[in-house]
Amino acid sequence: MNAHNNDDRIKHLLRQALPPVEAETGPSRNLWPAVLRRLDAQTVGKPRINWVWLDWALLAGVLAVTVAFPASIPMLLYYL
Amino acid sequence: MRSGSSGVLIREPDQASDHLDKFRQGDQDAFEALFRLHQRAVYGWILRIVRSPAAAEDLTMETFWRIYQARARFEASRGFGPWARRIATNVALDWLRARRPESELTAELIANQTAVSADPGVTAEIRLKTAQAFARLPHGLRVAAILAVVEEQPHKEIAEALGISVTAVKLRVFRAVRLLRKDLERQGIKP
Repeated sequence: MNAHNNDDRIKHLLRQALPPVEAETGPSRNLWPAVLRRLDAQTVGKPRINWVWLDWALLAGVLAVTVAFPASIPMLLYYL
Repeated sequence: MRSGSSGVLIREPDQASDHLDKFRQGDQDAFEALFRLHQRAVYGWILRIVRSPAAAEDLTMETFWRIYQARARFEASRGFGPWARRIATNVALDWLRARRPESELTAELIANQTAVSADPGVTAEIRLKTAQAFARLPHGLRVAAILAVVEEQPHKEIAEALGISVTAVKLRVFRAVRLLRKDLERQGIKP
Protein backbone atom coordinates (compact mmCIF):
# COMPACT_ATOMS: atom_id res chain seq x y z
CA MET A 1 0.00 0.00 0.00
CA ASN A 2 2.85 2.32 0.95
CA ALA A 3 4.69 1.49 -2.28
CA HIS A 4 1.51 2.17 -4.22
CA ASN A 5 1.18 5.60 -2.57
CA ASN A 6 4.83 6.30 -3.31
CA ASP A 7 4.26 5.42 -6.96
CA ASP A 8 1.30 7.81 -7.10
CA ARG A 9 3.48 10.51 -5.57
CA ILE A 10 6.17 9.89 -8.20
CA LYS A 11 3.55 10.15 -10.96
CA HIS A 12 2.38 13.44 -9.45
CA LEU A 13 5.96 14.74 -9.39
CA LEU A 14 6.40 13.66 -13.00
CA ARG A 15 3.27 15.53 -14.08
CA GLN A 16 4.54 18.60 -12.25
CA ALA A 17 7.97 18.37 -13.84
CA LEU A 18 6.68 17.59 -17.33
CA PRO A 19 3.11 18.84 -17.67
CA PRO A 20 1.01 17.70 -20.65
CA VAL A 21 1.77 19.52 -23.89
CA GLU A 22 -0.71 21.46 -26.02
CA ALA A 23 -0.99 18.81 -28.69
CA GLU A 24 -4.29 19.99 -30.19
CA THR A 25 -3.00 23.07 -31.95
CA GLY A 26 -1.25 21.35 -34.85
CA PRO A 27 1.91 22.50 -36.62
CA SER A 28 2.59 26.24 -36.82
CA ARG A 29 3.27 26.08 -40.57
CA ASN A 30 2.19 24.20 -43.65
CA LEU A 31 4.43 21.11 -43.74
CA TRP A 32 3.21 19.73 -47.06
CA PRO A 33 5.51 21.82 -49.35
CA ALA A 34 8.59 20.48 -47.54
CA VAL A 35 7.34 16.90 -47.78
CA LEU A 36 6.59 17.42 -51.47
CA ARG A 37 10.07 18.85 -52.12
CA ARG A 38 11.60 15.77 -50.56
CA LEU A 39 9.43 13.47 -52.64
CA ASP A 40 10.34 15.36 -55.80
CA ALA A 41 14.03 15.28 -54.92
CA GLN A 42 13.82 11.52 -54.60
CA THR A 43 12.07 11.19 -57.95
CA VAL A 44 14.65 13.39 -59.70
CA GLY A 45 17.61 11.73 -58.00
CA LYS A 46 16.55 8.18 -58.76
CA PRO A 47 18.10 6.74 -61.95
CA ARG A 48 15.42 5.96 -64.51
CA ILE A 49 15.80 2.46 -65.92
CA ASN A 50 14.11 1.56 -69.17
CA TRP A 51 13.00 -1.92 -68.19
CA VAL A 52 11.34 -2.58 -71.59
CA TRP A 53 14.64 -1.91 -73.35
CA LEU A 54 16.44 -4.18 -70.89
CA ASP A 55 13.93 -6.98 -71.49
CA TRP A 56 14.47 -6.82 -75.26
CA ALA A 57 18.26 -6.71 -74.84
CA LEU A 58 18.16 -9.77 -72.60
CA LEU A 59 15.97 -11.66 -75.07
CA ALA A 60 18.31 -10.73 -77.93
CA GLY A 61 21.28 -11.98 -75.91
CA VAL A 62 19.60 -15.30 -75.19
CA LEU A 63 18.71 -15.73 -78.88
CA ALA A 64 22.30 -14.92 -79.90
CA VAL A 65 23.63 -17.56 -77.49
CA THR A 66 21.20 -20.19 -78.78
CA VAL A 67 22.16 -19.43 -82.41
CA ALA A 68 25.89 -19.50 -81.66
CA PHE A 69 25.68 -22.53 -79.35
CA PRO A 70 22.67 -24.71 -80.26
CA ALA A 71 23.77 -27.25 -77.69
CA SER A 72 22.83 -24.80 -74.98
CA ILE A 73 19.12 -24.99 -75.89
CA PRO A 74 18.35 -28.10 -73.76
CA MET A 75 20.15 -26.52 -70.83
CA LEU A 76 18.14 -23.28 -71.22
CA LEU A 77 14.91 -25.26 -71.43
CA TYR A 78 15.89 -27.19 -68.33
CA TYR A 79 16.29 -23.97 -66.34
CA LEU A 80 13.08 -22.34 -67.62
CA MET B 1 -9.64 9.05 -40.19
CA ARG B 2 -9.82 12.18 -38.13
CA SER B 3 -8.46 13.61 -34.94
CA GLY B 4 -10.57 13.22 -31.83
CA SER B 5 -10.77 15.54 -28.86
CA SER B 6 -7.53 14.09 -27.51
CA GLY B 7 -5.79 14.58 -30.83
CA VAL B 8 -5.59 10.83 -31.29
CA LEU B 9 -6.28 9.18 -34.61
CA ILE B 10 -9.64 7.51 -34.41
CA ARG B 11 -11.00 5.77 -37.50
CA GLU B 12 -11.18 6.02 -41.23
CA PRO B 13 -14.04 8.09 -42.66
CA ASP B 14 -15.60 6.70 -45.79
CA GLN B 15 -14.30 9.46 -48.02
CA ALA B 16 -10.72 8.53 -47.12
CA SER B 17 -10.94 4.83 -47.86
CA ASP B 18 -10.50 5.20 -51.61
CA HIS B 19 -7.34 7.21 -51.01
CA LEU B 20 -5.70 4.24 -49.34
CA ASP B 21 -5.53 2.02 -52.42
CA LYS B 22 -4.28 4.88 -54.56
CA PHE B 23 -1.74 5.76 -51.89
CA ARG B 24 -0.38 2.21 -51.93
CA GLN B 25 0.11 2.55 -55.66
CA GLY B 26 2.17 5.71 -55.15
CA ASP B 27 -0.47 8.28 -56.11
CA GLN B 28 0.82 11.61 -54.78
CA ASP B 29 -2.61 13.25 -54.69
CA ALA B 30 -3.93 10.44 -52.52
CA PHE B 31 -0.86 10.77 -50.30
CA GLU B 32 -1.48 14.51 -49.96
CA ALA B 33 -5.09 13.85 -48.99
CA LEU B 34 -3.95 11.42 -46.30
CA PHE B 35 -1.30 13.88 -45.17
CA ARG B 36 -3.86 16.66 -44.75
CA LEU B 37 -6.18 14.32 -42.90
CA HIS B 38 -3.60 12.93 -40.47
CA GLN B 39 -0.86 15.50 -40.06
CA ARG B 40 -2.37 17.18 -37.00
CA ALA B 41 -2.82 13.90 -35.13
CA VAL B 42 0.64 12.66 -36.11
CA TYR B 43 2.17 15.98 -35.04
CA GLY B 44 0.30 15.85 -31.73
CA TRP B 45 1.45 12.31 -31.05
CA ILE B 46 5.08 13.18 -31.77
CA LEU B 47 4.88 16.38 -29.73
CA ARG B 48 3.70 14.37 -26.73
CA ILE B 49 6.87 12.29 -26.97
CA VAL B 50 9.54 14.85 -27.90
CA ARG B 51 7.91 17.90 -26.21
CA SER B 52 9.43 20.38 -28.64
CA PRO B 53 7.10 21.96 -31.25
CA ALA B 54 9.94 22.70 -33.68
CA ALA B 55 11.29 19.16 -33.45
CA ALA B 56 7.77 17.74 -33.72
CA GLU B 57 7.25 19.60 -37.01
CA ASP B 58 10.50 18.24 -38.47
CA LEU B 59 9.69 14.74 -37.24
CA THR B 60 6.16 14.94 -38.67
CA MET B 61 7.70 15.55 -42.09
CA GLU B 62 10.16 12.71 -41.54
CA THR B 63 7.28 10.45 -40.50
CA PHE B 64 5.28 11.15 -43.66
CA TRP B 65 8.41 10.66 -45.72
CA ARG B 66 8.88 7.21 -44.18
CA ILE B 67 5.17 6.50 -44.59
CA TYR B 68 5.43 7.18 -48.30
CA GLN B 69 8.57 5.06 -48.58
CA ALA B 70 6.87 2.17 -46.78
CA ARG B 71 3.51 2.45 -48.61
CA ALA B 72 3.84 -0.99 -50.18
CA ARG B 73 3.82 -2.57 -46.71
CA PHE B 74 0.66 -0.75 -45.62
CA GLU B 75 -2.26 -3.03 -44.79
CA ALA B 76 -5.57 -1.20 -45.11
CA SER B 77 -7.23 -3.64 -42.71
CA ARG B 78 -5.10 -2.33 -39.84
CA GLY B 79 -6.02 1.29 -40.48
CA PHE B 80 -3.84 4.18 -41.53
CA GLY B 81 -3.95 5.88 -38.13
CA PRO B 82 -2.35 3.16 -36.00
CA TRP B 83 0.20 2.50 -38.74
CA ALA B 84 1.12 6.20 -38.92
CA ARG B 85 1.32 6.37 -35.15
CA ARG B 86 3.68 3.40 -35.10
CA ILE B 87 6.01 5.01 -37.64
CA ALA B 88 5.78 8.35 -35.83
CA THR B 89 6.77 6.67 -32.58
CA ASN B 90 9.82 5.07 -34.21
CA VAL B 91 10.83 8.43 -35.68
CA ALA B 92 10.45 10.10 -32.28
CA LEU B 93 12.43 7.32 -30.59
CA ASP B 94 15.25 7.73 -33.12
CA TRP B 95 15.29 11.44 -32.34
CA LEU B 96 15.41 10.82 -28.57
CA ARG B 97 18.27 8.33 -28.98
CA ALA B 98 20.28 10.83 -31.02
CA ARG B 99 19.92 13.54 -28.39
CA ARG B 100 22.13 14.08 -25.38
CA PRO B 101 20.13 13.31 -22.22
CA GLU B 102 19.04 16.34 -20.24
CA SER B 103 20.34 18.64 -22.98
CA GLU B 104 17.32 20.92 -22.82
CA LEU B 105 16.15 20.36 -19.28
CA THR B 106 17.30 23.64 -17.83
CA ALA B 107 15.84 25.19 -14.74
CA GLU B 108 14.35 27.95 -16.87
CA LEU B 109 12.54 25.50 -19.13
CA ILE B 110 11.10 23.57 -16.20
CA ALA B 111 9.99 26.82 -14.54
CA ASN B 112 8.22 27.90 -17.74
CA GLN B 113 6.60 24.53 -18.26
CA THR B 114 5.13 24.43 -14.79
CA ALA B 115 4.01 28.04 -14.63
CA VAL B 116 0.38 27.23 -15.46
CA SER B 117 -0.60 24.47 -13.03
CA ALA B 118 2.23 24.21 -10.58
CA ASP B 119 1.66 22.52 -7.25
CA PRO B 120 3.05 24.93 -4.62
CA GLY B 121 4.11 21.91 -2.60
CA VAL B 122 6.59 20.91 -5.32
CA THR B 123 9.56 23.24 -5.52
CA ALA B 124 11.27 24.22 -8.77
CA GLU B 125 14.34 22.30 -7.65
CA ILE B 126 12.35 19.09 -7.20
CA ARG B 127 10.68 19.57 -10.57
CA LEU B 128 14.06 20.04 -12.21
CA LYS B 129 15.58 16.99 -10.51
CA THR B 130 12.53 14.91 -11.40
CA ALA B 131 12.75 15.95 -15.05
CA GLN B 132 16.48 15.24 -15.15
CA ALA B 133 16.00 11.84 -13.49
CA PHE B 134 13.28 11.08 -16.01
CA ALA B 135 15.62 12.03 -18.86
CA ARG B 136 18.10 9.43 -17.60
CA LEU B 137 15.60 6.58 -17.97
CA PRO B 138 15.88 4.20 -20.96
CA HIS B 139 14.02 5.59 -23.97
CA GLY B 140 11.50 2.76 -24.14
CA LEU B 141 10.47 3.35 -20.54
CA ARG B 142 10.38 7.12 -21.00
CA VAL B 143 8.05 7.01 -23.97
CA ALA B 144 5.65 4.57 -22.30
CA ALA B 145 5.63 6.59 -19.07
CA ILE B 146 5.19 10.00 -20.64
CA LEU B 147 2.35 8.84 -22.88
CA ALA B 148 0.59 6.89 -20.13
CA VAL B 149 1.23 8.98 -17.00
CA VAL B 150 1.65 12.54 -18.25
CA GLU B 151 -0.36 12.56 -21.48
CA GLU B 152 -2.88 9.96 -20.26
CA GLN B 153 -3.15 8.23 -23.62
CA PRO B 154 -4.97 4.87 -23.78
CA HIS B 155 -2.69 1.92 -23.06
CA LYS B 156 -3.98 0.15 -26.16
CA GLU B 157 -2.83 2.97 -28.43
CA ILE B 158 0.53 3.17 -26.70
CA ALA B 159 0.93 -0.58 -27.10
CA GLU B 160 0.14 -0.42 -30.82
CA ALA B 161 2.49 2.51 -31.31
CA LEU B 162 5.36 0.75 -29.55
CA GLY B 163 4.60 -2.65 -31.06
CA ILE B 164 4.20 -4.31 -27.66
CA SER B 165 1.33 -5.67 -25.58
CA VAL B 166 -0.81 -3.65 -23.18
CA THR B 167 0.70 -5.66 -20.33
CA ALA B 168 4.17 -4.70 -21.51
CA VAL B 169 3.15 -1.04 -21.51
CA LYS B 170 1.95 -1.30 -17.92
CA LEU B 171 5.17 -3.07 -16.99
CA ARG B 172 7.27 -0.33 -18.59
CA VAL B 173 5.34 2.36 -16.73
CA PHE B 174 5.79 0.44 -13.49
CA ARG B 175 9.53 0.07 -14.09
CA ALA B 176 9.88 3.72 -15.08
CA VAL B 177 8.18 4.89 -11.89
CA ARG B 178 10.30 2.59 -9.73
CA LEU B 179 13.55 3.66 -11.39
CA LEU B 180 12.53 7.29 -11.07
CA ARG B 181 11.83 6.85 -7.39
CA LYS B 182 15.21 5.22 -6.79
CA ASP B 183 16.99 7.99 -8.70
CA LEU B 184 15.19 10.68 -6.69
CA GLU B 185 15.93 8.90 -3.43
CA ARG B 186 19.61 8.83 -4.35
CA GLN B 187 19.40 12.60 -4.73
CA GLY B 188 17.86 12.93 -1.29
CA ILE B 189 14.29 13.47 -2.47
CA LYS B 190 11.85 11.27 -0.54
CA PRO B 191 8.51 10.98 -2.31
